[in-house]
Amino acid sequence: MTVDLATLAAILAMAAATVLTRLSGLVLIRHVSLEGSRRKAIESIPPAVLMAVVAPTAFATGIAETVACAVTAFAALRLPMLVSVAFGVACVAILRVLGL
Amino acid sequence: MNDNTKQQDFLGGMRAISPLIAAVIPIGLVFGAVAATKGLSPAETALMSALVFAGGSQFVAMDIWTHPASWTGVGFAALLVNIRHVLMSASLGTRMGGFNQPVRYLSMLFLADEIWAMAEFRAKVAKLTPAWFAGLVVPFYLAWVFSGLAGAALGAFLGDPVVLGLDFAFPAVFIVLVMGFWKGPETGAVLLASGAAAVATQHFVPGVWYIAAGAVAGLAAAMLTGKARGVEVTP
Repeated sequence: MTVDLATLAAILAMAAATVLTRLSGLVLIRHVSLEGSRRKAIESIPPAVLMAVVAPTAFATGIAETVACAVTAFAALRLPMLVSVAFGVACVAILRVLGL
Repeated sequence: MNDNTKQQDFLGGMRAISPLIAAVIPIGLVFGAVAATKGLSPAETALMSALVFAGGSQFVAMDIWTHPASWTGVGFAALLVNIRHVLMSASLGTRMGGFNQPVRYLSMLFLADEIWAMAEFRAKVAKLTPAWFAGLVVPFYLAWVFSGLAGAALGAFLGDPVVLGLDFAFPAVFIVLVMGFWKGPETGAVLLASGAAAVATQHFVPGVWYIAAGAVAGLAAAMLTGKARGVEVTP
């Protein structure tokens, strides 16, 4: 049960960054109102960040990943999250077995 | 508020969060198993889940994990992935009239997507109390930390996550979340700009800069489409 020093530093950096995002909203509402266009711009951050994270997997990794991403997105239109994710995982596993 | 009401509120929070606990345990197991394949010990995995407590950024960290770990890389990635917490905490902060200042800040340390969603929903129908919020946080936090630990310990037995497709679980979760953020054509513009910028940047620049590039491109697209529409509706 060892904890590597570089790993500990990385975990602490992640924790500090996360605490900062969690508390800054509370600090923010004491000073500025988030309405109108400012709110709309901030609302676009979550989809922009999530898309940036998945884009290399979805478009630049392989056929299996691209197809599985499309299947997951389609499933998410109708099905709950866990089921959609299960479809995506099953799809990528099958396509990889087929050698795509 | 007497102890009995507090207890009722705590149990009410636990009831509200219970279906999400059932959903988070398999994700925690997968996280632990992925962390094990990246060379993290069970202690390191549990420490990360306990201190960071933000699944999205933890999976991104595993995605870009190096040896030795780069605290700047994963720290910056965590900041980018969790920037949504700023808006969530600002929004939930306005619902915490029943919390004194220290309790408000302490509670916000446990802000996660699921907890935020349940707390916002509660605030629509009743006054949000610290006891009810604690009823959300305590079981959900323990479920996340211990499922991660179990996944890390069982990692070897769960098999190769790539063959099982389990490495795909989190991209899949992100895709489902992206679909949930869809609000119309302007979201399409954000996603297109973000995706294109991320793929291009990842191709040419090493490291996690593609996340920043995609986020900035998406934000720019949102501001541009917002501005264009503003011009249209101006008489």
